[in-house]
Amino acid sequence: MIALLLILVPVTGGLITLSIKNENSVKGFSLLVAIVTLILALVGVFSNNATLLNYDASWMPDLGSRISFGLDGMSKMLALLTAVSLPIIITATYKNTYANAGKFYSLMFLCQAGMLGVFLSMDALLFYFFWELALIPAYFLCSIWGGEKRIQVTFKFFVYTFVGSLLMLVSILFIYFKTPDHSFALQSFYHAKLTATQSQWMFWLFFIALAIKMPIFPFHTWQPDTYEQAPTAVTMLLSGVMVKMGVFAVIRWLLPIFPDASQSSSSFIITLSVIGMLYASLIAIKQDDIKRLIAYSSIAHMGLMCAALFANQQVGIQGVLIQMFNHGINIIGLWIVADAIEKQLGTRKFSELGGLAQKAPTLAILFAVMCLANVALPLTNAFVGEFLMFNGLFRYNPIMAGIAGISIILAAVYTLNMIQKIFYGNTVAITENARDSSFNVNAALVILVIVVIVLGIYPQPMINLTQSNANLFITKIP
Amino acid sequence: MNAIIFSAVWGMVMMFCSFLVSNKSMYRHIAAIGLLLLLVVNVLDSNGVSLLHIDAGDMLVYTRFGYLFNSIAIASTLIYVLLTGKDIERLGNYVAEYFVLIFFVLCGVAILSAYNNLLMLFIGIEILSIPLYILTGSDKRNLKSNEAALKYFLMGSFSTGIMLMGIALMYGGTGTFSLEVARTEAGLYKGVSFLEIIGLLLLMVSMCFKVSAAPFHFWTPDVYDGAPAVFTSFMATIVKAAGFIAFLKLCYVRMTATSTAIDWQLLFAIIIIVTLLFGNITAIFQQSVKRMLAYSSIAQAGFMLFALFSLNEYANKGLLLYAAAYSLATIGVFAVLVKMKDVTFEGFNGLAKTQPVLAAANTIFLLSLAGIPLTAGFLAKYYMLASIISTGHFIWLVVVAVLFAAISVYYYFRVIQSMYFKTGEPQTETVTQSFKIGLMALAALIIVIGVYPQLIFNWLYF
Repeated sequence: MIALLLILVPVTGGLITLSIKNENSVKGFSLLVAIVTLILALVGVFSNNATLLNYDASWMPDLGSRISFGLDGMSKMLALLTAVSLPIIITATYKNTYANAGKFYSLMFLCQAGMLGVFLSMDALLFYFFWELALIPAYFLCSIWGGEKRIQVTFKFFVYTFVGSLLMLVSILFIYFKTPDHSFALQSFYHAKLTATQSQWMFWLFFIALAIKMPIFPFHTWQPDTYEQAPTAVTMLLSGVMVKMGVFAVIRWLLPIFPDASQSSSSFIITLSVIGMLYASLIAIKQDDIKRLIAYSSIAHMGLMCAALFANQQVGIQGVLIQMFNHGINIIGLWIVADAIEKQLGTRKFSELGGLAQKAPTLAILFAVMCLANVALPLTNAFVGEFLMFNGLFRYNPIMAGIAGISIILAAVYTLNMIQKIFYGNTVAITENARDSSFNVNAALVILVIVVIVLGIYPQPMINLTQSNANLFITKIP
Repeated sequence: MNAIIFSAVWGMVMMFCSFLVSNKSMYRHIAAIGLLLLLVVNVLDSNGVSLLHIDAGDMLVYTRFGYLFNSIAIASTLIYVLLTGKDIERLGNYVAEYFVLIFFVLCGVAILSAYNNLLMLFIGIEILSIPLYILTGSDKRNLKSNEAALKYFLMGSFSTGIMLMGIALMYGGTGTFSLEVARTEAGLYKGVSFLEIIGLLLLMVSMCFKVSAAPFHFWTPDVYDGAPAVFTSFMATIVKAAGFIAFLKLCYVRMTATSTAIDWQLLFAIIIIVTLLFGNITAIFQQSVKRMLAYSSIAQAGFMLFALFSLNEYANKGLLLYAAAYSLATIGVFAVLVKMKDVTFEGFNGLAKTQPVLAAANTIFLLSLAGIPLTAGFLAKYYMLASIISTGHFIWLVVVAVLFAAISVYYYFRVIQSMYFKTGEPQTETVTQSFKIGLMALAALIIVIGVYPQLIFNWLYF
């Protein structure tokens, strides 16, 4: 029941928001809906009652597809991430004004519902539906409220992901015809009988969709542009949650359905991921724009997650499961600061900024913590996940792990460089009259910082939550 | 049988109305009532209540499939008349005649959905086509419309000639015009004859012409562009779907019987690829939405051809669903299009600001045409893809097709971009409240079919 409510609440909330005219009431109501969703997600996380957590109803018996939602450890964590991020995003951007605020928040909720649907679906066709549904609101959000080049950039993003998902649809359909009972249910998919060649082909059709979403080098080109052009609130949603859909789908669908094919393609994919990590890190060093830097840094992180997934080691997968949550938290924090700076000073270029720490000390401290989490310093949340992932990668292939390790150093280089250029040194003309960040930004950041530190010191609850998932599917790998 | 007789009779009634009823706006109401009655008698017929008993020999055979398609075609025409009836009135002084012709087209559709004899196929196609030639040229003072009509007529007669030639050769090869006999009483001829294959190939060419499959599609853009938009809508939807239903039957009976002699699947695979390629690539470069829709209808035909390729359970259901989904969405898009004074992409700029209802409904129609989930169009495409994948072969064809489907997103979304993300002063005809309600209802129907298709499945297949 919780699973169904988690989707229905944002959808109905979104539809109601659409009809509200007053901007302030739109924001207030949106925050309320987001918090209700968060409470639902929390109830789901702490509940063990199967009837509460699962929902199953007939949908299209002709096609062998059911409306089937379920919350297991992994979905719980991602549902929590999705549910946490929206209130934080709304709080942090509370003072931003949008033309047609009602529509904006309504689309945000529809997007959230789509992503929750992806995380909760236990039926392949339902999964595909939500996979697309999350995309459509994002397309409109970026195209209507985005930056200057929004139309072309968003369209590239849309076409890219749409191509991927259509290929995935072909793969899903093919597997459907190979399932023993002609059903789209997750368990039937796990028992589909494919020959080695078939599964190799279908693996790649499926994987391309996920690789575009994550994104993995060389399918990443849509990402920096989209993150830069999208309104920041949407960027947070895209980078914090939506890219996790790709990683999630690898764990939920791809690896268990094609254990052999993923084994045999692993070295190629890991190589691509590692190339992507280094490539993105090197480009990040040369960036002069906060948003683009964070975007490239995100590509590097996603590359590591993908590499750890295909290393097929239990620790690595455990690390990915944790890191999905932590990366979402950290990157949302970074975007909040980027947005606060841009809204106040009107620029995102390091070269035009400097000495902000003197004027905005609170923001500087909070940002520094988020940055340290981004480079996975011990005692921050990202450390645990990254350590486990490198551990898994090392067991798979020490050389790969070594090369991938360079990106940690590079991450420290570009992140610290960014802090230094923006916050330290002497003030320049633009930052001369800067004020400290407003209350709502601080509130959102403080919550995130608390999460970062608590989970950095005591990550065990998360490990427990997802342990069963990691165990379950390591047994599927021969 | 009811539908064939009744549509012709009501056509006659409308003819008399043209001089008995002087009020111009009455015609569309009379036509709507006629269509409603037609729908009722057709549904009655499919439930075993036939009002007229006429022995057609084995020349017409009624199946549930045929009745269903008839119902879909009639219902789509009803929606079409309700939505765009007012715009038909704007075309000229002799409004009633247009409706008469539409009823005659429906008579042809009814024959095509039931034919069991090649002669009936021919008659059906002719009854369907001749009114269309006239409708295409109905905008008499418009040079483009005249040109389109002439072009359509010349090309159409040419393809009719080819069809006759094919039928004659098949008669020579099998000794019968009947579809069933040739299949069941194979003793009539020894094996597959050469003449039959040639005849079938010629028939295939002319049917490809009718459904605008490449490489016989060249008339389509000019005719669809030149004809008044209200009639393009009719031609591109109901008529085209009827062509496919006729084609499907031909494939089922004759082509499966001769599949030992010639690899029809490969032939269809090539036609599909070429159709998708031409339709999609040329649609990208269009500046006019109307012309883009003409090319996109070729691309959509490429998807419908999947049914002819795979010929299985999915293909049957899928083609019906595709016919319904595609017709509904296209009627909707054209209903919005005829309200626009400027049918280029620029003409749509900023429509979301001035006419939010039109823009929102149009978006749903376009999403359905592009095959985005939660719309009827997705399900239709889904069935088509499934029909090939279930055969287990030619997966590459499916992969190519979905890539083309992704290309189609480009030109459909350009309209959405114009409406929502660009600013401009779009000029529209007066839009009445009832038209808006009709559009919203149509959009809602498309969504309902997309979200909960079991509704329509239950009704369709019980």
